[in-house]
Amino acid sequence: MKTFLNSFLALSLLTLVSCGGSGNQKSSAVNASAAEKAYVAPGELDEYYGFMSGGFSGQLAVYGLPSGRLLRVIPVFSVDAEKGYGFNEETKPMLNTSFGFVPWDDAHHPELSQTNGETDGRWIFINGNNTPRIARIDLSIFETTEIIEIPNSGGNHSSPFTTENTEYVVAGTRFAVPYPQKDMPINEYKGNFKGALTFIKVQPDTGRMNVEFQVLMPGFNYDLAHSGKGKSNGWTFFTTYNTEESNSLLEVNASQNDKDFIAAVNWKKAEEYLAAGKYKEIPTSYAHNVYDEKSHIATSETIKTVKVLIPEECPGLVYFLPTPKSPHGVDVDPTGEYIIGNGKLSTDLTVHSFTKVLKAIEDENFDGEAYGIPILNMEAIVGGVVKDAGLGPLHTEFDERGNGYTSFFISSEVVKWKVGTWEILDRAPTYYSIGHLMIPGGDSQKPEGKYLVALNKITKDRYLPTGPELTQSAQLFDISGDKMELLLDFPTIGEPHYAQGIAADKIISKSVKYFPLDENTHPFVTKKESEAKVVREGSNVHVYMTTIRSHFAPDNIEGIKVGDKVYFHITNLEQDWDVPHGFSVMGANNAELLIMPGQTETLLWEPKTEGVFPFYCTDFCSALHQEMQGYLRVSAKNASVPLKWSLGE
Amino acid sequence: MKIFPRLIMVAAALLLLLVFVFPIWQITLLAPQYPDGVTLYIWVDKLTGSEPGTLQNINILNHYVGMKMIEPDSIPELQYFPKIIYGMIGLGLLIALIGKRHLYYVWSLILGVLGILGLYDFYLWEYDYGHNLSPTAPIKVPGMAYQPPLFGEKMLLNFTAQSYPEMATYVFGIAIFMGYLAFRFSRKKSLA
Repeated sequence: MKTFLNSFLALSLLTLVSCGGSGNQKSSAVNASAAEKAYVAPGELDEYYGFMSGGFSGQLAVYGLPSGRLLRVIPVFSVDAEKGYGFNEETKPMLNTSFGFVPWDDAHHPELSQTNGETDGRWIFINGNNTPRIARIDLSIFETTEIIEIPNSGGNHSSPFTTENTEYVVAGTRFAVPYPQKDMPINEYKGNFKGALTFIKVQPDTGRMNVEFQVLMPGFNYDLAHSGKGKSNGWTFFTTYNTEESNSLLEVNASQNDKDFIAAVNWKKAEEYLAAGKYKEIPTSYAHNVYDEKSHIATSETIKTVKVLIPEECPGLVYFLPTPKSPHGVDVDPTGEYIIGNGKLSTDLTVHSFTKVLKAIEDENFDGEAYGIPILNMEAIVGGVVKDAGLGPLHTEFDERGNGYTSFFISSEVVKWKVGTWEILDRAPTYYSIGHLMIPGGDSQKPEGKYLVALNKITKDRYLPTGPELTQSAQLFDISGDKMELLLDFPTIGEPHYAQGIAADKIISKSVKYFPLDENTHPFVTKKESEAKVVREGSNVHVYMTTIRSHFAPDNIEGIKVGDKVYFHITNLEQDWDVPHGFSVMGANNAELLIMPGQTETLLWEPKTEGVFPFYCTDFCSALHQEMQGYLRVSAKNASVPLKWSLGE
Repeated sequence: MKIFPRLIMVAAALLLLLVFVFPIWQITLLAPQYPDGVTLYIWVDKLTGSEPGTLQNINILNHYVGMKMIEPDSIPELQYFPKIIYGMIGLGLLIALIGKRHLYYVWSLILGVLGILGLYDFYLWEYDYGHNLSPTAPIKVPGMAYQPPLFGEKMLLNFTAQSYPEMATYVFGIAIFMGYLAFRFSRKKSLA
């Protein structure tokens, strides 16, 4: 430890010396004790899981905190050849949509499931922005187990943001679109395009999602959201920009109004309207994909209708809270009283008081209406303003000591302020251009304000250069004291938009080590080596294959013909922790299989020429992993080579 | 005839039922990449492990050095040992009924001899698994045998093998001792 500290000190000095004269003093911002705080010794476990969106990679990255070590990349919306996700027959349906198979998306905001306003470590949800979707990842296996498409939307950005008992996750369209979709001139946007806010119900026992209802809103752009908690439970708040309803050069045209809105949706009221039948059942088409953890197979279903509530016909369902300058994040403090609008073109943070919002509604203290939705009088609802906090506020999270922490993109800093007095307590620079920030539980009712992670969009000179494309980064701060202290920089995959953190012990105990083979219900499972076989059905060949250290059964197959579709249904017979086997076959046009113990996966192989082709295990499984290989003999279409398979002959 | 020694004898006989509730012996394999260890439990009528897949995992490890598969179905002792235990329970109850003093002693003696024979049998199995290696084993270390210890700890290549008695062995011992107690308490004259 001492040697480590000494060398760290030496390194810091060296960096200082080498930067001398350039005026670049960034390493002096970190003192040596910071290294100790972020240091997790070899063999020790991190205190928190950090889940960071992979942005345009479409995936979700899992880090240990405070070490910043990357533990896993969970494939969600993008195919992942490494894990066979979206390539093997079992997971292809996960990426099905109303547009067919969509192999990529832009993943933005992970959100942990909550029970009583506290993260419970059961599931994490994340939105796909481009082709609107929400995915659910089961945190006992760290796999994507469900993806639901959001109908009538054009970019699912203000999503998924759970309610306090995970009754709903939400979706809001970033791009207003014709509703229902139709061919029409773009410049007739105003008044004709609509924005749908969607409430997806989550089954409390299984996590299974369904689109419960949509609220048909004016054609604004719905940016971010958060659901109320505690006293404001029952409401979900969505920020809007482009209330100007412009369809071109939005950087100018959508930045003209002094105030945009936070849309406050009373979802408990919505439930009453639904129960009273005040909805319209509208034809649409969207995919709902579910992965079964027993059969290890995903299925995709297309759903044809959606229930829609029209605000004009449902008084009390939606109110607009005027909020300065295109608010990005909308964040609710742990008590549920304060709703923070992060007006991204403003220098102030506007904080609405939920109590005042209810009072204004009761008093009908309105400042007009927009498309039949009452606009509350801003003076009546503002609970406070954090004055001259910085430039470009984006997102606020909270600790359990009554403080808010807001990211400022333009001034590239985190600002700590006091909830209630609105005084600024501290500010810390970020390198560079912070987007979102995260405190474990920081958007729930039970924050754990020990660490804060800044998620930065730009890194410039912070890391070794890697050509034109540089890494994005996260920065870890210790926020347990009065002053925020920078501990660590670490690179991230894709672009981390938003993150969630959770105490490791909420997840460790639920983590599955392997799948029990006797619970495997895959229709092509092979539970014993002696049951391995090859079956021909016309030009389809089904190979029932097993893996166990260190061989495939069978490992010699003859009688395959050019033009066949060969399905390798491979069951990993291992029943031990951390013993996956891989499967790859020469010339496969898809990917490899990476099969967990007790799991069955299927790879389609279409041989195009005669010959003898090898296959092998790709995941170093054992001392004789290199020997874990076999051959496939492919004969001419009209050949009379009989179908034959063997092992050890 | 004294009732107390008979009761002890009945208790000793019935205590043997616990042999079916607990394992007799355990063998644990330890290596760095097996942080939880791999533990095989030997029962009077079955083999189990610390995990459902333990036996398979041990067999996978063993096959690299050419050891035979451990297949419970091919171990006849697991079939007839329970019968012997039931026999000893029946015999104990019968002896309690008869109430003859020296028979308590005989019962304990038989049980003791059975225990020693059982351990010897266990040793023979261990010897067989450890020495009877396949000539086509992928890993062959000249002069190496893989017999785990009967009691205690031993390095076997990269594994530390630990072998220790489990609860049913103690149950067995207590039953023997109780038979002996029945014998002592049924003396005509009090020891005091």
